[in-house]
Amino acid sequence: MAETQYQALRRQGVSRRSFLQFCSLTAASLGLGSAGAADIAKAMQTKPRVPVVWLHGLECTCCTESFVRSYHPIAKDIVLSMVSLDYDDTIMAAAGQQAEEALEDTIEKYKGEYIVCVEGSVPLGNEGTFCVPTGEVFKNKLQHVAKNAKAIIGWGSCAAWGCINTAKPNPSNSVPINKVIHDKPIVMVPGCPPIPEVMTGVLTYILTYDRLPPLDRQGRPKMFYGQRIHDKCYRRGHFDAGQFAEKFDDEGAKKGYCLYKLGCKGPTTYASCSTLRWNEGLSWPVQSGHGCIGCAENNFFDKGSFYDHETTVLPPGWGGIEATVDKVGMGMMAVVGVAAAAHIAASAVVQARSSSNNKHIGEGKHE
Amino acid sequence: MSNRIVVDPVTRIEGHLRVQAVLGDDGKLADAYSTGTMWRGLEVILKGRDPRDAWAFVERICGVCTGIHALAAVRSVEDAVGWKIPKNANIIRNLINATLYTQDHVTHFYQLHALDWVDVVSALSADPRETAAIQAKISPHHQFSSVGYFSDIQRRLKDFVATGQLSIFKNGYWGHAAMKLPPAVNLLATAHYLEALDFQREVIKVHTILGGKNPHPNYLCGGVPCPINVSDSGSAGNGLNEVTLNYIRDIAKMAIEFVNNVYIPDLKAVASFYPDWTKVGGYKNFLCFGDFPEIENVWDNKSLQMPMGAVLNGDLKNVMPVNVRDVNEIQEFVDHSWFRYANGKKGLHPWQGDTIPNYELPKGAEGTKTKFSWLTTDGKYSWVKAPRWKGHAMEVGPLARLAVGIGLGVDWIKEPALALLKELNLPVEAAFSTLGRTAARGLETIWTSQKMLQYVNDLTANIKAGDEAAANMDKWEPSTWPKECKGVGLCEAPRGALGHWCVIKDGRLANWQAIVPTTWNASPRSDDGEIAPFEATLRGTPIADPVRPVEILRTIHSFDPCLACASHLYTADGKEITKVVSE
Repeated sequence: MAETQYQALRRQGVSRRSFLQFCSLTAASLGLGSAGAADIAKAMQTKPRVPVVWLHGLECTCCTESFVRSYHPIAKDIVLSMVSLDYDDTIMAAAGQQAEEALEDTIEKYKGEYIVCVEGSVPLGNEGTFCVPTGEVFKNKLQHVAKNAKAIIGWGSCAAWGCINTAKPNPSNSVPINKVIHDKPIVMVPGCPPIPEVMTGVLTYILTYDRLPPLDRQGRPKMFYGQRIHDKCYRRGHFDAGQFAEKFDDEGAKKGYCLYKLGCKGPTTYASCSTLRWNEGLSWPVQSGHGCIGCAENNFFDKGSFYDHETTVLPPGWGGIEATVDKVGMGMMAVVGVAAAAHIAASAVVQARSSSNNKHIGEGKHE
Repeated sequence: MSNRIVVDPVTRIEGHLRVQAVLGDDGKLADAYSTGTMWRGLEVILKGRDPRDAWAFVERICGVCTGIHALAAVRSVEDAVGWKIPKNANIIRNLINATLYTQDHVTHFYQLHALDWVDVVSALSADPRETAAIQAKISPHHQFSSVGYFSDIQRRLKDFVATGQLSIFKNGYWGHAAMKLPPAVNLLATAHYLEALDFQREVIKVHTILGGKNPHPNYLCGGVPCPINVSDSGSAGNGLNEVTLNYIRDIAKMAIEFVNNVYIPDLKAVASFYPDWTKVGGYKNFLCFGDFPEIENVWDNKSLQMPMGAVLNGDLKNVMPVNVRDVNEIQEFVDHSWFRYANGKKGLHPWQGDTIPNYELPKGAEGTKTKFSWLTTDGKYSWVKAPRWKGHAMEVGPLARLAVGIGLGVDWIKEPALALLKELNLPVEAAFSTLGRTAARGLETIWTSQKMLQYVNDLTANIKAGDEAAANMDKWEPSTWPKECKGVGLCEAPRGALGHWCVIKDGRLANWQAIVPTTWNASPRSDDGEIAPFEATLRGTPIADPVRPVEILRTIHSFDPCLACASHLYTADGKEITKVVSE
């Protein structure tokens, strides 16, 4: 029990050199610099493995699948060396009674010490009976497990917003997890699914600093959700130059022009896809020719077609040339100016509200 | 009652599944029934939506067999409006699907199924020299085969167990009487369990290149979203270019090596210690919708590399044609499902789908609606509906593809299957079993990994011939569509036959229904008494220790269940749902 993460890694055959390399990479992926790497290394050499319990509500398991695709760190090192994943019905060896005993054992033995990860939303319709694992409505099971948890991580847009389950007319009357857990610190990690390294990065941050990362007012870590996809898109130059793909597979598409007119939701989506990219940084939706569908945003299924272009953020020149398309009367500069001002104001609010979240886990209640 | 067995949750699957069983005096299961314990109602959400968006909605049915519902969805809409896709798009879709198969089957064997057969703790007492010798014998070309390699794995495992924090291995079936592998083979399989975790992360990158991400890559009606640009300005920033084509080719070669040098030798080695499992877990009715069309826009057995067809009562000589548009051929029943039909109809074809959730405990159940300990079959007991083909419950998946493929004499299916049976000295009937199902999955993975390489080469050849079209946008505007039309999109998902049926009116979705693989396999009973694969195949299974019934997991896992897929089904108008939900 007293074994530290570092000892566990060494035991797994990880060399001192690889260990320090891992700390630097983790620090870099979190934007923490070399001082951060030292902090991570220190923490991992002094802390025992944290028990983690992973629950599934109404979901499709894409979050678990994403998690196991992580490259830095890789999933097996997390599961075998960094934490003790004591319950996760997708990959655990035990089933039925043996699985439930493992869960209860962790709740009992590590009261207030374990982290609960939740994948999926919580159906409230029909007394919650649209999800009855182990013969019990999921809401009750979640509340039971969360009661003695140190902190909660909500994986994916289902846990954070409801995602596909709450798309109109929300047949199962589902809600995000923070509607049924009110007295625990919660980090929301939206995306359908979230980027693998965003998931593991959030987890290593919590383990390393023993606190939740700074959150915005929607509970999302600022480090991964503080900027729009559009802000860092490698095709942004084409947007600014007014060069667009007009339809799929046309000359503009082949040249890698901006996908704005094909419905890209990058201008209104806060996520790290254009910076961290996917699957070892190999590609991401825009690079592979399809606009962002905004899967990390609330209600992304109910914002019109994925192929209708955004009307809140307009490209330069559109105010004059394409005003009729957008039915926007004011000039482009004015619109962008207003949008930018609104964004700055919102950021200030976010900053103010989230400062209270940036404290050690377990110190008082989450707002 | 002491002869009752409940496994809930069935772990190492997708979604939420409960299995209840009754143990007979002979130590074998006398009866079993399965309950899907989740429901989401995705199809009603689709009503009124833009059909071109549907793929992104239904893709969220499942993140494990990710992308396959999106493929069925774009095929459904294209079928409805008569939309043809370019040759390159067909090749790329096949390439994405072959990659999914390869990734999904390997992950199933190691991460989801292996711990039913492999005793991780027993690996601690293995002699690594013996493991290395076995490795050298069964797979001489695999790169990780030294004594030192297995000693390292064993040492790490030993230290890991010594911490007392067993993580995902906590409370597993270690030391169970039903575990038959010698320690050296347990160590081998444990090492490859870890290697497979690395493999799945690598092989799926084909989806990332072509679909932008995985899980949930992007699709497009009319073709594929990723344009092809290998020669001109902008190529380097384009998803598909000379560099990424080379990348995909390397991944395909790596996949072929892993499947042939790790997966298949392990499968044979593990299987050889469990001969009894060729005698239980069999089923006799099989259904396939077909997939991997080699000719774009043609869905018949000349084009389909995985054929379409149905077999009843194990009669492989008589493979029957399947018509998914015939409203009398495929129907869904809800006698024992937590739904009711508005008009009291018995069975409904997907185009006519009409269902309302109706959750109630069956007669004789113990507990309450929100916390129960025992369900019965005397009433409704599952969120999974009961689909039937011409009135019959059917098995779908790798074993169904094997049966139909052998029946139709498809070379790539028939020859490796018969060769493996001969190698193991088993009759053809032995294939129709728990172990046969697991082996069928492996055999088709040899083929899908080779197809990955073939498809990337086909794509390159077609580009060389001057064809760089990736999508056909002629029917992009709904104004070009018929005012009213309906379609069906078919797939062989890794887990089996998948169909998405749509009805379009005035450019919007009027109806959407999917029947997915696990709905067939995990179906509850219907009033005519037919018992579907999960429930039928458990009967007669010997149970060594009723408190730790690992045998139930073996057969259920051999189907690779996906419950988020199986139990999302729903079609009704929104008002009724609200009413029912608030009751």
